[in-house]
Amino acid sequence: MQNFIEAYSWVNMRFLLEGLWVTVEVSIISIIASFIIGSILGVLRYVKIKYLSRVVGFVVDIVRNLPLILIIFFTYFGLPHLGFKPGIIFAAVLAMTIFESAMLAEIIRSGILAVDYGQMEGARANGMSYVQALWHIVFPQAIKKTIPTIVSQFISLIKDTSLATIIVLPELLNHAQIIYGQNSAYIIPMFVMIAVMYFIICYALSVLSRVLDKKLA
Amino acid sequence: MAYILTHYWSELIQGLGYTLLSSVIALVFSTVIGTMFAIFEVLPNRAMRIIGRIYIEIFRNIPLLVIAMFFYVIIPMYVAKIDGFTAGTIGLTIYTSSFIAETVRAGIQSVDNGQMEGARSNGLTYWQAMRYIVLPQAFKIVIPPLGNQFINLVKNSSVLAFVAGFDLMYQGNSIASLSLDTINSYVVVGLFYLVITLPLSYYMQHLEKRLAN
Repeated sequence: MQNFIEAYSWVNMRFLLEGLWVTVEVSIISIIASFIIGSILGVLRYVKIKYLSRVVGFVVDIVRNLPLILIIFFTYFGLPHLGFKPGIIFAAVLAMTIFESAMLAEIIRSGILAVDYGQMEGARANGMSYVQALWHIVFPQAIKKTIPTIVSQFISLIKDTSLATIIVLPELLNHAQIIYGQNSAYIIPMFVMIAVMYFIICYALSVLSRVLDKKLA
Repeated sequence: MAYILTHYWSELIQGLGYTLLSSVIALVFSTVIGTMFAIFEVLPNRAMRIIGRIYIEIFRNIPLLVIAMFFYVIIPMYVAKIDGFTAGTIGLTIYTSSFIAETVRAGIQSVDNGQMEGARSNGLTYWQAMRYIVLPQAFKIVIPPLGNQFINLVKNSSVLAFVAGFDLMYQGNSIASLSLDTINSYVVVGLFYLVITLPLSYYMQHLEKRLAN
């Protein structure tokens, strides 16, 4: 018990919260970026533009089927060899965005496919162009249908930011490791604390997605 | 790329072997544990339902890496000496079991309640009805999502690289630092992953379409 009290001293907690803030920061930037890029890729894959949609689909399938850790390594250790050297935070955000965009593209495409084709025909018959119908009629319905899946993807994004500790991104897990590296009696208290922190964020989001799902249904 | 393939072929194959071994072990055990907790969640007993719920929610909402690191650091300190591969696979199993539990629970609940009632009124006990009537039907529905879990497992098993588990990702890193050819090393490792995951994911899509029709 003494270990726990000492481990949760203000200095350590402040250090952990700094880590948590980096986790949140990287997550939010990646969520916004990957939602935009994922939507574009998902729509591009759906609309069947000659060659382009094929290529987008192929790239999305490849990225989706690679481990995120590999992509993180590639952006941080690989890109400098191609003449572009990203910082740690940028490399982490870039890797998360690449991976999650591909995941979201697939989710959004399946959402668009699930919208009844009559919606598109109705919109076109009322004088909208194809792009207008897609943007104003089909896309919003697709998002509504896929909100629970999208939110659970965001939850896994937040959890996956912990993988960036391998490129020494100063996030939650990394800061916990630094603390228990100084005193091995703090190992269990640190794991308990970061587990609780991750749990609170992710569980809150999953409750939110259930509420949204009920409201929109 | 050819240089890396020819010079580090044995390391790559060994890594692939460990990745597959870990994924298969984790799939088997997490299916068993996941099914157990899924059954907990549909039992008439309220206490059991709560236990099931707590297990699933806890391990679904904590990063896999935190779970794997926990076992890698804690078990050797207090319980027994285990290597990174074992610790990582235990972490993978527990993490995945919560997702499988959620899938199997949805499968069980999608089986019409009349099946259970019919079986019970024909004289089967609750457990017999669950074992012979409900679960087989639930598993038929659950097979495509279980396949997708296996793909996730193959990808997620790359956390073994953090705990010295000698998997594909671990070998990829050591090849990258030995050969100094970072780009090609990671491309080769990526191809090795794709060889397993890409055909599986296309097959699962095909299976889902066939089952939907």
